[in-house]
Amino acid sequence: MQKGNASAFDSPQVRFLFRMPLPRSFSHYLGRKLFRFLLTIQGLGAFALITLGVILGKFRSARRVVWPLVFHETSRAGLRLLPMFLFLSAALGLVVIGQTVSWLTRVGAINYLGSIMVLVVVRELGPLLTAVMVLARVGTANVIELGTSRAMGEVEALEALGIDPIHYLVVPRVIAMAVGVFALTIYLILGALVSGYIWAFVQDVPLRPGDYFRQLAGSLSWLDFALVGLKTCIFGFIISIVTCYHGLAQPLRLEEVSYATVRAVAQSIIGCVVVDAIFIIIYLAF
Amino acid sequence: MSDPTAHPEVPIIEMRGVSVGALRDQNSVVVEEVNWSVRAGDFWVVAGLQGAGKSDFLLMTGGLMPPVAGEYRLFGELMPIFDEDRLPHRLRMGLAFEGGQLFNHLTIAENVALPVQYHRDLSPQEARAQIQPLLETLELAEWADTTPGAMGRNWQKRAGLARALALGPELLLVDSPLTGLDLRHTQWWLNFFDRFPKAQDRPVTMVITSADLQPWRERARQFAVLRNKHLEVLGTWDQVARARTDLLQEVMTTLPQLDQAT
Repeated sequence: MQKGNASAFDSPQVRFLFRMPLPRSFSHYLGRKLFRFLLTIQGLGAFALITLGVILGKFRSARRVVWPLVFHETSRAGLRLLPMFLFLSAALGLVVIGQTVSWLTRVGAINYLGSIMVLVVVRELGPLLTAVMVLARVGTANVIELGTSRAMGEVEALEALGIDPIHYLVVPRVIAMAVGVFALTIYLILGALVSGYIWAFVQDVPLRPGDYFRQLAGSLSWLDFALVGLKTCIFGFIISIVTCYHGLAQPLRLEEVSYATVRAVAQSIIGCVVVDAIFIIIYLAF
Repeated sequence: MSDPTAHPEVPIIEMRGVSVGALRDQNSVVVEEVNWSVRAGDFWVVAGLQGAGKSDFLLMTGGLMPPVAGEYRLFGELMPIFDEDRLPHRLRMGLAFEGGQLFNHLTIAENVALPVQYHRDLSPQEARAQIQPLLETLELAEWADTTPGAMGRNWQKRAGLARALALGPELLLVDSPLTGLDLRHTQWWLNFFDRFPKAQDRPVTMVITSADLQPWRERARQFAVLRNKHLEVLGTWDQVARARTDLLQEVMTTLPQLDQAT
């Protein structure tokens, strides 16, 4: 598929809905919000399916152009964020351990430290915090770059050259952000667990390193490894799809790029939180 | 449908009752009821005032949007031809945009090499070697490692032309090549259109839009004017000269220096 991938989601009807005057009543307001929500879901779903189709259908085409872009984007959404994540993991260890240890010591439940760390850092805070940070650092840049490209006519230039904009612009970002969120989550979790013990050590908690890591290992199950991997890849996929959709499929003018960025950030966070809630249900079911 | 280059009687471009929408809003019709044929080796200039719909008409001709109504065949294929299996037909056409529309994150050499690298799956070095003669022909070699933002508009347009020529197209569409150029660059472009078809080993079909017909009078073979949402096919320059009417007055203004130079 060449033409239409990038611009199929933009129509005068959709733009009209987004630029209508203020509603006259609360029911109008709700109705309009509902229509917008459904249109957005439809557009995002279609965009995600097209992107998946292009990833699978063009996996082997133009490898010498697309794979260097994948590595470049992976570096941007992963490697270059590593220093920030090391700092964040140290801070997270302090926040969780610093608060938890003092309370657990008071109630004599220090043996639950490993379980709490797994529950809070591995299952919840690690993936979600990573997703939010990648969204802030890379996702917003995606919307601005792609939105500007679209507004400046670069997407039309790609189509004129017979280059699929989804293949050239979106696929590298999707793969890179899925890999990036996964890898950074692992670093964040490891960093938080290690720094957590260091903070506990500083507070004179009577817990040996061997006991601490034995507690952690005892609290982790195969499901944690599988679901953290799956969840982080889905978070990366959601962030990249939402930001690319708003950058590529929506803005036609430069002044619309900022609105598209705000929408993309809000919808990415909502998408990640919804997926996180689904994973909590899966955890509880098992 | 048979291949126009193999069968010269089949037009490269054939429009029957075609209506063209604006790129930004395809429900807004800018040109309607176009009946037009372009044969292999033709050199057409489509003139019109600013806002007449020249760019939208050319972008629709180049396949960037489907016609709003009517039947349009490009290389004998019914448009739009965006399916993957018809990609080879699309690559027989080169489109140069009015502003160049270069990719700002790439250098000029990378911009020009991109279609070659993508469609032939080459390494950057291999693609660069293939486009180097083109960069030299278009006097862009010294700008090769510069990004578009560091160049003037004159050179950006020329780099856009180089990118459109990178795959050796049989059909070249150029949107308003002379708009906004200084006199030296204008002369370069006119000389280029004189030399380019003669330097090819096969007939190259060219369609150019312009605000002014006069600079093209000894270069293009056929002329048309976009006015009041209609494409008026005028024919050769002799027919244009005989048909001097109010229709033509507005697209016959010319630069006096250029007139003397040509």
